Amino acid sequence: MSTETSHADASSAVEAHLSEPGEHGAHPTDAKYIKIAMILAAITAVEVGVSYIKRLGAGGPPILLILAAIKFGMVAAYFMHLKFDHVWLRRVFLTGIILAAIVYTIVFLMFGVFQNRIHA
Amino acid sequence: MTVVAAETATPEAHDVGAHGGHPATNTGVSNDKLAMWAFLGSECLLFGALISTYFLYRGRSIVGPSPKQVYDIPYTSVSSFVLLMSSLTMVLALSAIQRGDQRRLRIWLIATAMLGATFIGGQVYEFTSFIREGLTLKTNLFGSSFFVLTGFHGVHVTVGILMLLSLANLSARGKLPQAKSEVIEIAGLYWHFVDVVWIVIFTVVYLIPSPALHGHV
Repeated sequence: MSTETSHADASSAVEAHLSEPGEHGAHPTDAKYIKIAMILAAITAVEVGVSYIKRLGAGGPPILLILAAIKFGMVAAYFMHLKFDHVWLRRVFLTGIILAAIVYTIVFLMFGVFQNRIHA
Repeated sequence: MTVVAAETATPEAHDVGAHGGHPATNTGVSNDKLAMWAFLGSECLLFGALISTYFLYRGRSIVGPSPKQVYDIPYTSVSSFVLLMSSLTMVLALSAIQRGDQRRLRIWLIATAMLGATFIGGQVYEFTSFIREGLTLKTNLFGSSFFVLTGFHGVHVTVGILMLLSLANLSARGKLPQAKSEVIEIAGLYWHFVDVVWIVIFTVVYLIPSPALHGHV
């Protein structure tokens, strides 16, 4: 293969990468932002309500964590535009989140958080 | 950061204007924006450490006050709502500069800063009421981990407020044209990150009940 051909291959690969879905997509309208904020406010109200329901017992914390994860995802996807921006940005941020999750899961395992509590 | 180093040597890579006023890069992503995302990724580790520390120390204090004795959930819920709405005003500021509407940009930037200041005011009030009830940084493990975690978050919000006010000032002086909308976008990323961190803190610290104190019946 000639050098020219490999340059052409390289540039078409770059072009293909730059045209990945999600790159520089149109951002939501103001009305959509307001709608998302209302949903977030409603989820917050549900969270507070759930925290007061004593009957849920051990089922309460997982519900609260799921609701928080939904809110986190919505803010990151719509307000921070991760849903519409270049896929690399998503990867960079997810790397931080995944790394933190791995590191602190190991810390929790070391301290026996997932087992019975250690009593001094 | 290796990814940032991906901007390379071809003269075309330094042309200005290809992507909304910032130099074109081989990655197709603005380096400033990529750097902010890398910074936010690293902030996940910082706040992860603080939240994990709080979680590890939960219920291990041997003296009070306990979280249940000092928390005022309705009050903190209102603070959380205020911070959540500041994310909306921030994104509306970005939308305004992208349309070239400088007046609305300033209105939304100042509104975001005011909502942030309201949140910080609420936090200061909460801290002082906790101290009045006998919970300080040195009282017990709960006090130490709580004040360090929420204090660090508060410092981040304060830095964000200063950033927003500086941007509003730049806009008023005509130094933030539509072509520089990415500056607002990057400041917005920081602000929204502070909001998502609070989403986690609000749930893990305030809403999920802590075990009872050691040695307490």
